[in-house]
Amino acid sequence: MNFKILKWGRVIISLGFLILITFFFIDFTNAFSGRVIRSVLYLQFVPSLLSFLKFAGIGAAGFIFIILLNLFAGRIYCSTICPLGTFQDVIIRIKRKLTRKKRFSYQRSFNYLRYIILILSILLFIAGLVFPLLLLDPYSNFGRIATNLFRPVLLFLNNSATSMLESMSIYSLYRVEPGMHHWLSLLWSILILLLILYLSFKYGRLFCNTLCPVGALLGWLSRFSIFKIYLNRTLCTSCGKCSAVCKAGCIDVKNKSVDFSRCVGCLNCLSSCPDNGVIFGRPGKSEKAVITTYDDKRRDLIRGSLTAMASLAGMSMLAQGRGYGRRRSNQPLPVNKEYPVSPPGSISFDHFNGSCTACHLCVNACPTHVIRPSFLEYGLAGIMQPRMDYHASYCNFDCVICSEVCPTGALRPLKAEEKHVLQLGKVIFIKQNCVVFTDNTDCGACSEHCPTKAVYMRPFRGNLFLPEVDPDICVGCGACEYACPTDPKSIYVEGNPIHLTAEKPIIKKLEQPGQQEDFPF
Amino acid sequence: MNDIFIVFLWQTNIQHHMKRRDFIVRGLGAGILAGTGLTLGGIGRLAGNPAATEDGDFDLVAVKGSDPASMFDLAMEAMGGMGRFVKPGQTVVVKPNIGWDTVPERAANTNPQLIGRIVKRCFDAGARSVSVFDNTCDEWKKCYVNSGIEEEVKKAGGTIVPGNSESYYKNVSIPAGKSLRETKVHQLILDTDVYINVPVLKHHGSAKLTIAMKNLMGVVWDRRWWHKNDLHQCIADYTLHRKPDLNVVDAFRVMKRNGPRGVSVEDVIMLDSLLVSADIVAVDAAATKLFGMEPEDIPYIDIAHEMGIGNKNLSELNIKRIIL
Repeated sequence: MNFKILKWGRVIISLGFLILITFFFIDFTNAFSGRVIRSVLYLQFVPSLLSFLKFAGIGAAGFIFIILLNLFAGRIYCSTICPLGTFQDVIIRIKRKLTRKKRFSYQRSFNYLRYIILILSILLFIAGLVFPLLLLDPYSNFGRIATNLFRPVLLFLNNSATSMLESMSIYSLYRVEPGMHHWLSLLWSILILLLILYLSFKYGRLFCNTLCPVGALLGWLSRFSIFKIYLNRTLCTSCGKCSAVCKAGCIDVKNKSVDFSRCVGCLNCLSSCPDNGVIFGRPGKSEKAVITTYDDKRRDLIRGSLTAMASLAGMSMLAQGRGYGRRRSNQPLPVNKEYPVSPPGSISFDHFNGSCTACHLCVNACPTHVIRPSFLEYGLAGIMQPRMDYHASYCNFDCVICSEVCPTGALRPLKAEEKHVLQLGKVIFIKQNCVVFTDNTDCGACSEHCPTKAVYMRPFRGNLFLPEVDPDICVGCGACEYACPTDPKSIYVEGNPIHLTAEKPIIKKLEQPGQQEDFPF
Repeated sequence: MNDIFIVFLWQTNIQHHMKRRDFIVRGLGAGILAGTGLTLGGIGRLAGNPAATEDGDFDLVAVKGSDPASMFDLAMEAMGGMGRFVKPGQTVVVKPNIGWDTVPERAANTNPQLIGRIVKRCFDAGARSVSVFDNTCDEWKKCYVNSGIEEEVKKAGGTIVPGNSESYYKNVSIPAGKSLRETKVHQLILDTDVYINVPVLKHHGSAKLTIAMKNLMGVVWDRRWWHKNDLHQCIADYTLHRKPDLNVVDAFRVMKRNGPRGVSVEDVIMLDSLLVSADIVAVDAAATKLFGMEPEDIPYIDIAHEMGIGNKNLSELNIKRIIL
């Protein structure tokens, strides 16, 4: 039966996506180039949509392809491309191997909740807040789960294997110790993972049909799909074999109807029917009436919209109340208040906070582990979005990996030469804290690490040298802040809400020595 | 064997110095050497101290005018051969400066060909294993690769060892230290039979110059503490823990300013030199003079001399000077 081939094709492609994407999120060797990573992530719905809105073009049109697929044959994204979707399928598969209860059954829909979430996400996004979308976007949640929960397991195994080999003087592996991420990002990953485990164990793909905004949008769109799954009213004997394998719980055999908006397109039902009563094709007029219950859905959509509007007002006020608002970048820098430093390629806080879904791909790709999930540094609007943590590490001068991997366009790809003059922030020196000033001893750790000598040493008290700064040539890499030994720091980087261009350091030629005949000793 | 070696010298000289005068002088020198079949030790006698003692009795050997790897071979000949320092079956640690993610032309790291040659010579002398590591400042993998050192070490059969995790470093106490009484040191330094320190001579914003003693900051973990607690005293104190058996100072390309990382190749001048000594203070003093400063300008050299770690007074030392 060619339905079987179709189904197994779907399984193989979906596993391919899941394995590759999981690898991207746990790999610590930068095995794949940014180009490869972005090509594989091209079809991820929310990243592609966000990227398209910022830089419209074919390079970011993956979501349009998904919508076209959806109009053709329903939620192919949910069954095949979404890593969180396939992850749930894996859990469901394991569960069916482990437990005796192998049957699914028809579930009532939660369309009211589903559309509230969808409409809220859309409206808040239009208002400039990505974070409701960010909290529930399936790709980004999978990314965070892999980063915060799968990756540490891999690192633990790697580090254990490394020390075992090292005890035999074999140094072919190496340890990777990025340290803990912020608890909020960790906590959210744990919560979503537990929720996913619970829902998929108990109800199959319920997450996709209640909480997932992408599932809701594609589900709504699938009413327009050319090909659908439906039951042939004459062939169907209401035996229930199809609904027993339906992890979306969308087949109602009693009424011989399929809620195609909730169908995740797994195709399991097609080969389950002994009477060939499950059809994947163009429904005729008579079948159309029973595929979905339009009236109910329309009412839910309207109710959902109203609730969404009401909560929107409250939430956007809340978001604006914390941290900086959207227009903050035009206001003068507040004295003594530190801005966060956003990663290279993020253009400005406005751009970054408006397009990053906090999938943490750049967090994993960063070889120095300086990119870390934030807490409220950007305000509620930028919750969990990565920032540069100069207490943990600093940004490598020549490295542009983070900007190359970003699938949402929140980080624009950079060339090394561009990055050499990209100013993420400006250095500020606090003489009163500096150990040279307080203890009369040489230090200069800040200037040592500075790649442009925006921090340089000036003669001070006898034989000593004291740091001095030239913020115009500072790129804001944070090397000085990281290296500074004092507590509190004597030197730090104040983030630029809009990234600027640094001046190039002036390079004077040095005179080469003549051919000296003898040593000076 | 000598002829091959001289041809090699001649070729590298052409690569590094295209000046016509140099070419003639060196070509001529090589011709004379090849013709008369003088031993390599003989080169030193031509240009060095006329009252020279036998090879192996020198406190310090200074070589000038060739590529780093060849200069190392000449220097070791004068030091009495590699076999004086590495015995068959011993383990060796070579500690270069690999602190920065920069290319060899920037001279922020020790010359990679020099490291490769040292590793090779250790094996020639019968070493059981030769390990190379540094606790880098920039991201360690990038430093190891872009410095060219990882490749050269692997080519020579040595082992590249990471220094990026605190778990490699063990607490040691330094009872005689004035400021630094304890610090965490890489396990390899505690275990190795032979310890060869191979710094690059550079300007340094914190310590004024970085040479042999300062290079040992790359075998410890908690460097920030040193910066906070009298850096110069800590640098001198740490040499009390374990002095390297041999110090080889790479002064081929020398970063004259903006050290220790440098901003561009324009920070670098060619000094074409190499210094070798078992006395870490003497070699730092000689390198300081080579750089154009006085040992008295560098507090940690003075402190280490006062503490009796070594001798900064070059006039009291038996120095072999080889100019090619």
